[in-house]
Amino acid sequence: MKKRFYPIVFTFIFIIFFIVFYKSLKNSNIYTPRIGINKEIPSFNAKQLNERKEVYSKEFFKKDEFYLINIWSSWCIPCREEHIFLKNLSNEKNLKIVGLNYKDKIKNAKFFLEDLGDPYDIIFLDPNGIIAIEWGAYGVPESYLVKKNMIVKKIIGPLSESSVIEIKRLIK
Amino acid sequence: MASLIGFNALIFGACSSLVIGFFSVINFRNPKKLDKKIIPLTFLQFIFVFVSFLGLIISFIASDFSNETVFNNSHTTKPLFYKISGTWGNHEGSLLLWLLVLTLFIFLFLLKSREQKLEYRLLTLLFQQIIIIGFFVFLLKTSSPFNYIYPIPDEGLGLNPILQDPALAIHPPVLYLGYVGTSIIFSSALSAMSLNYISKEWAKHIKVWVFTSWIFLTLGILLGSIWAYYELGWGGFWFWDPVENVSLMPWFALTTLIHCILVLEKRLLLKSWVIILSITTFTLSMSGTFLVRSGILNSVHTFANDPERGLFILIFLFSLIFLSLFIFFFFHNRETVYQNSFSLLSKETSILINNWFMMYFLSVVLVGTLYPIFLDVISSEKISVGPPFYHKLIVPFLIPFLLAMTIGPKLKWIKSGLSNKINLIIFFIISLSLSIFIVVNLEIKFLLNSILIAFIFYLFFISLSDLLVKRLNNLAQNMAHLGFSLFLLSIIFNSIFSNEVITNLKVGDTFQSEKFKIHFENLEQKKEKNFESFIGKFIIENTTGDTEIMMPELRIYNQPNIATSEAFIKTNIFTDKFMTMNLVQNKEYLNIRYQIKPFMLWIWLSILMIVSGGLISLFKK
Repeated sequence: MKKRFYPIVFTFIFIIFFIVFYKSLKNSNIYTPRIGINKEIPSFNAKQLNERKEVYSKEFFKKDEFYLINIWSSWCIPCREEHIFLKNLSNEKNLKIVGLNYKDKIKNAKFFLEDLGDPYDIIFLDPNGIIAIEWGAYGVPESYLVKKNMIVKKIIGPLSESSVIEIKRLIK
Repeated sequence: MASLIGFNALIFGACSSLVIGFFSVINFRNPKKLDKKIIPLTFLQFIFVFVSFLGLIISFIASDFSNETVFNNSHTTKPLFYKISGTWGNHEGSLLLWLLVLTLFIFLFLLKSREQKLEYRLLTLLFQQIIIIGFFVFLLKTSSPFNYIYPIPDEGLGLNPILQDPALAIHPPVLYLGYVGTSIIFSSALSAMSLNYISKEWAKHIKVWVFTSWIFLTLGILLGSIWAYYELGWGGFWFWDPVENVSLMPWFALTTLIHCILVLEKRLLLKSWVIILSITTFTLSMSGTFLVRSGILNSVHTFANDPERGLFILIFLFSLIFLSLFIFFFFHNRETVYQNSFSLLSKETSILINNWFMMYFLSVVLVGTLYPIFLDVISSEKISVGPPFYHKLIVPFLIPFLLAMTIGPKLKWIKSGLSNKINLIIFFIISLSLSIFIVVNLEIKFLLNSILIAFIFYLFFISLSDLLVKRLNNLAQNMAHLGFSLFLLSIIFNSIFSNEVITNLKVGDTFQSEKFKIHFENLEQKKEKNFESFIGKFIIENTTGDTEIMMPELRIYNQPNIATSEAFIKTNIFTDKFMTMNLVQNKEYLNIRYQIKPFMLWIWLSILMIVSGGLISLFKK
């Protein structure tokens, strides 16, 4: 009995491997982002860029406000291009812009903001990119519009004029 | 013309494979008269493949665009060197290279194994021919390098510019020598097991192949890593990219195999380890090829996304896996342990401990590489596994691993006490205090770091003292272990002391940071044969007023039209200064990245040192 056991187990394992590989061959490996809208936002602990206090997300996000979570980094070139739109949005009264500083050095991040201005109400740090993964980000920049702890809209890549108009419409 | 000869030679080569297979089966019952026919036949097969390869090279040199492979990957304005290296810089050509090495190695194997039993040699040859036939069919059916196109185009499409680089020109051949060497180990282990031939003599004979493959594999990985460092322009040398991981996994298995084969040679122990590792190493090499070439993992190595090719490698790979599983379970008999028992404190134990740690590291990398693929298939969720995963899972376990690596070589076979206990303790105290000194002075907070550094220093001092005191006694092992400790030290100090500035500058701009000032002096334009180059001149002044000139380069290749950034690297013994510049779309400024990276040179040197350990072992009498 024991003699039969191992061969069967190994054969079985490798058959599973075969099936998985076979299926992934047929899959396209081009990212087809599944837009995670109407999904509850992930909870996380994060340090802030400008203050020492650590923030717990469940306490931070209030149910009756709109938040725009923007994943950015000083090394990310499209982030510079979308910055002007963030500044535009920062004038909106009922929208809080939350920055998530992705895999960045604090010094460079601060320099970036000094250079271009700071549209954010608060900036969380994500030095290892773990929080961004939990949000389901595919890269930088990405932005999420959040209301009542739900992701209402997800914008992959830099913000544009049309996405700003849409955000403004959604928060009205 | 050259293509035509090449193609026909390939068909002849495939036929000779069948003839060899036929003769080895016929002769198997009566193996006395084998040598006279088989060795010339394998040589002939090698020559066929060689001619075919030569045909492809000539087509590349002559820019014969009637050949589809040449058309897709070459261009008349490319320098001769890259025309030649372009031969294996693509899917079809690299497979032909793989086949060339396969046939060469089996020929060498037959030459070098004259004193071994004939049945064993024949069976190894048979297994190897199965692999060779698989590659022939693969080449001829799905990826022939000699497809003809008509009408003949005037100009080719060009080689991906980031592959036009000297390190990368030799990276594939060297890596392949390593990969293909593992195929010999695989065939040989399977045949030795089927014939119940595993013995000290066998270990001694196959050891040469294990070491050779290991050396080439290590060098191949090193070359790829150096290339990534200066060409990809991120200033890192290892990104835990799946494509790098697939070359690291066979390396883990092979390194473990090296240690096991030594035990087998000395003590006739760990037979199952040796067999399983031989199978694993080759399987991992093949899986690597599958994962990379089938387009499941996207990278510079993915030459063509053709599912048919992927399917072929997949079926071929799993046939080999099932064949080896069958042979293993059918012929394997458990070791008679009682004769060979060893005590807890012995060389055997420490090698076993290290084996298990190696297997752990291997599994971490395996999980990190395959899990995203599995998750995608099962739940169509996309995740990416990055460096933090590997660091968190690997780094803490380096500590016991290092300890076993330090103490292990000091132990004797079977049973031993620790001699020189005082020495060991003194060295440990020195290492610990040195590490605490460093950690405290640098304000690194982590307890883990200080323990890790202490153990690395420990390995470093012990191997160094052994190297100096014992001289030639166990030079190979000392060199390799010393190299490994140096390697870890360089990596750690590199990551602690690295410094980086990223900024956007126009010509004439100056950037001021706490430690230095970067001034963008001018931008020069030059025209080369196959690209246009922009060389920036930057003057960097540090706090003490020393200035340095850095000249990173941007290249705009004409065929295909791609911009690459060539890092400017100033290397000296202790630090590398690294600068790249990149275009920013629709902006007049350039994105500048300046990094100070200490001990980079030592990372490369220490790997060479590890390799030299292998070389010494190989040539030692």
